[in-house]
Amino acid sequence: MTMEKKEKMIEVKDVCFVYPGNSENKSVTALSDINLHINKGEFVGIIGHNGSGKSTLSKLLNAIIFPTAGDVIINGLNPKDHEHLWDIRQTAGMVFQNPDNQLVATIVEEDVAFGPENLGVPSLEIRERVDRALATVDMQAYAHQKPHQLSGGQKQRIAIAGILAMEPECIIFDEPTAMLDPSGRREVMETIRKLNQEKNMTIIHITHYMSEIINADRIIVLDAGKIVMEGTPVEIFKNVSALKKIGLDVPQMTELAYELRKEGMNIKDSILSIDEMVDALCQ
Amino acid sequence: MPVEIKNLSHVYSEGSPFEFQALKDIDITIEDGSFVGIIGHTGSGKSTLIQHLNGLLTPTSGTVLVDGEDIFSKKKNELIQLRHHIGLVFQYPEHQLFEETVHKDVAFGPKNQGLSEDEINQRVQQSIKMVGLNYDDVKDKSPFELSGGQMRRVAIAGVLAMEPSVLILDEPTAGLDPRGREEILAQIKYLHKKKKMTVILVSHSMEDIGRLVEKILVMNAGEVVFYDSPNRVFTEIETLERIGLAVPEVTYLMRKLKEKYPEIREDIFTVAAAKDEILKVIRG
Repeated sequence: MTMEKKEKMIEVKDVCFVYPGNSENKSVTALSDINLHINKGEFVGIIGHNGSGKSTLSKLLNAIIFPTAGDVIINGLNPKDHEHLWDIRQTAGMVFQNPDNQLVATIVEEDVAFGPENLGVPSLEIRERVDRALATVDMQAYAHQKPHQLSGGQKQRIAIAGILAMEPECIIFDEPTAMLDPSGRREVMETIRKLNQEKNMTIIHITHYMSEIINADRIIVLDAGKIVMEGTPVEIFKNVSALKKIGLDVPQMTELAYELRKEGMNIKDSILSIDEMVDALCQ
Repeated sequence: MPVEIKNLSHVYSEGSPFEFQALKDIDITIEDGSFVGIIGHTGSGKSTLIQHLNGLLTPTSGTVLVDGEDIFSKKKNELIQLRHHIGLVFQYPEHQLFEETVHKDVAFGPKNQGLSEDEINQRVQQSIKMVGLNYDDVKDKSPFELSGGQMRRVAIAGVLAMEPSVLILDEPTAGLDPRGREEILAQIKYLHKKKKMTVILVSHSMEDIGRLVEKILVMNAGEVVFYDSPNRVFTEIETLERIGLAVPEVTYLMRKLKEKYPEIREDIFTVAAAKDEILKVIRG
């Protein structure tokens, strides 16, 4: 496990990204001086307010866009060599906010097959991949259903299965739960955790819901296009007032612990979950 | 304006193979000046219900009375008048921005109400201010060069400019960062408190519902499961979970703490209330 974790999945070196201007609009620097690496098998959370550069960063990580300066190396490949482009996009899959924008076919299993079909995978193998992917997201029973009849959480799991069928090593989730109800959110988060823990996939999870990343290996905080904090969830969420200052939040339990500490109660500053809070209060 | 929903049912594509009953016999009253939260999993009928409240959908049976008047017995032009009193902010309302400038976009509604130029300008300025934006900074900008949170606020301002007495919002904070969420919710709270606006908020965030609303309407499979105060609704954890919902994290915490501290209250939905209760019971 530790051996594997040392292998680099993604390296970002001195990256800047500028959205070019035109006669009407000024150019906008979305990211500057970004240096980071993500190891194979790691679960990394990325947080930052709207406009902090999260989505720009995520699009750089699977070569939808290219850096203005610096390099992004994905599994040893640089998207600047255009011949590697398809390998890269296959290595790093992406799941977006709105499931309805990601489903293309009228039958669930055809939707999941869409990716591998476009990669030119032989049809027998496509069959196997689709079955495997649907089993992973626990949606085999829905293989012949119409996607529009599914709930939000189910649709999002189909979108994930579609990515899995392309057999990526890494999946980037860009606010995959923003539109889901509580049970949908639970389903999707369980699926993501399973991919990371059982399939050892590298996960990059961008979210505005702090409670979704309390089990991440590492959290990266972006503000105004720069990395302003990086560390384990405990290290990051300790900084309650600093996070609030840049428009972010902490998990509810962390906030409660912070409030109780301010009132003089002796509660440690590393509490993230309900169980940890119960332990702290019931010693 | 009270909104009375009377035995309302809605069947989509009636008589076709796709027939689907989205609402079954909904019978509730939303009192004048109240703040109601609607929760329910995807497909439970929330959006279908709110689209009946301003006449966008016509019921299969039953009706809606606004201020005592049956909105479905009305002629088309009267229905349009009514819609001006009931402002509906859809999911992702920024997708509906279309004008060249923020000013023009917000002015679109009042213009259609046939108001005078002065009145329109006054309302546009007022409503942009109400959503926490600086009128002079944004008025000449294209709505499309604003950030996501700002675009959403412009879209809400467009509804407020029609000065509705009932404001219905369908997931107004989805996809916004914590500060953006906080700002929009604070504005909504302000409109309710200061302007006495009746507010109906559809949300998947139990935390937001728990700290804002006076009454919660819980929907499942097109039916009303509960229509009661947060205290009553959020203590029904098992029922809520069975229908795909949840309660705020602090409520789960209080329930667990009760095993060790039997006297601790369970009807707690906000961090502030949890803090007070823990200080009272545990620190003593």
